[in-house]
Amino acid sequence: MSFTSSATSDLLCTSDLTCERDSRVLYNDLNIAVKSGELWHVKGRNGAGKTTLLRQLAGLHPVELGKVLYPNKSIKVIYIGHKLGLKEQLTADENLSWLVGLDGSSTQEQRYAALERVGLRGYEENTVAQLSAGQKRRVALARLHLCKVDIWLLDEPFTSLDQQGIVDEQDWLNQHTLTGGAVLMTSHQEINLPQVKILDLGEYVSRSPKHPLHEASPLT
Amino acid sequence: MIRFMLAIIRRDLLLVARQPAEMINPLVFFVLVIALFPLGISPEASLLSQTAAGVIWVAAMLATLLSLELLFKLDHDDGSLEQLLLAPYPSWSLVLAKVFVHWLVSGLPLILISPLIATMLFLPSHAVPALMLSLLIGTPTLSLLGAIGAALVTGVRGGGMLLTLLILPLYVPVIIFGASSVAAAAQGMPIDGYMALLAAMFVFALMITPWAAGSALKL
Repeated sequence: MSFTSSATSDLLCTSDLTCERDSRVLYNDLNIAVKSGELWHVKGRNGAGKTTLLRQLAGLHPVELGKVLYPNKSIKVIYIGHKLGLKEQLTADENLSWLVGLDGSSTQEQRYAALERVGLRGYEENTVAQLSAGQKRRVALARLHLCKVDIWLLDEPFTSLDQQGIVDEQDWLNQHTLTGGAVLMTSHQEINLPQVKILDLGEYVSRSPKHPLHEASPLT
Repeated sequence: MIRFMLAIIRRDLLLVARQPAEMINPLVFFVLVIALFPLGISPEASLLSQTAAGVIWVAAMLATLLSLELLFKLDHDDGSLEQLLLAPYPSWSLVLAKVFVHWLVSGLPLILISPLIATMLFLPSHAVPALMLSLLIGTPTLSLLGAIGAALVTGVRGGGMLLTLLILPLYVPVIIFGASSVAAAAQGMPIDGYMALLAAMFVFALMITPWAAGSALKL
């Protein structure tokens, strides 16, 4: 994997990012800079805005205040959320083929190899409807092995995986960051890797935001 | 971008092939409505041939509406819409590809079966080409206009009714000119003007709706 940006420059940064949902400030003035080789573990209680943060970074949730910046335009991002984006009627291989095909291409050989890496050998031609929740998650994660992507944004990637699956995935996360990629992920599980940086969203809630969203909002 | 659109078209057609019910549904609805119509009114040829144009067009519109709700909803529910929006291509290209498949599945079969339906309703045979032509220009317009509504109600629970209310006013001109063109052809009058207007509506919809629906999807 090669990266156009130098090893020290930021892959992704935010400036004074603020998120408000239903007139409740989830986090404000969030300033982070993600460098290559870093694994950010986003923490926070339920409803703290972990998913929203990842969606804002991916560009799926509108940013009202603050900024999300990708200094290098050629940086590619992959986002795997709660909804996996798999079609039940298609086989594991077909699903992978079109998901990867959105921004690249893959051969059947590569896809089979990726499915084997996530422990789904022999399930390539099964429709996703026939797979268990954990196996579906694995199909979605197999994409990580097919796309050459700099930043992984993973929302609860350990959900419904078995213990061996979690160990394996930590290994992939490790590999990806060691080869210069970056990961931002949410999880209630501890990640035992030295390069982990903790981002606790609970620390970014203050009563007096720098840019009050609704100083005098009679709307609600 | 062409490859991106082709990937969507290929996937959606594959999905339809796996679940043919989705494809047959609007067609069955279309045929049923028209088959029941003479039973309700009267099987008299003179009356039927007069109402045929309107009945066929209204049935075609309802069949389109029926299948519109699911245009983006299924993709939204399983998360693949997110992945489509994340791809580094403008969202109008994704709308255009999805609408094309929608028309291919719900519009094209109606056009192909329309000569048979026309005979069933005693539409004069010299009006059949006009019927097919007006449907050929009109049904893609219906699919395109409907995409805006479908995009707006994506993620809204029970958005079907809302979709109908939103889209119906936009469908009115298409129906008026579509049905009158067939009626005019049945009376042996020229239909160039109607076709030009239908074509103008199609071009207008083609330019505006993918962009509008694409923006609505991002909300």
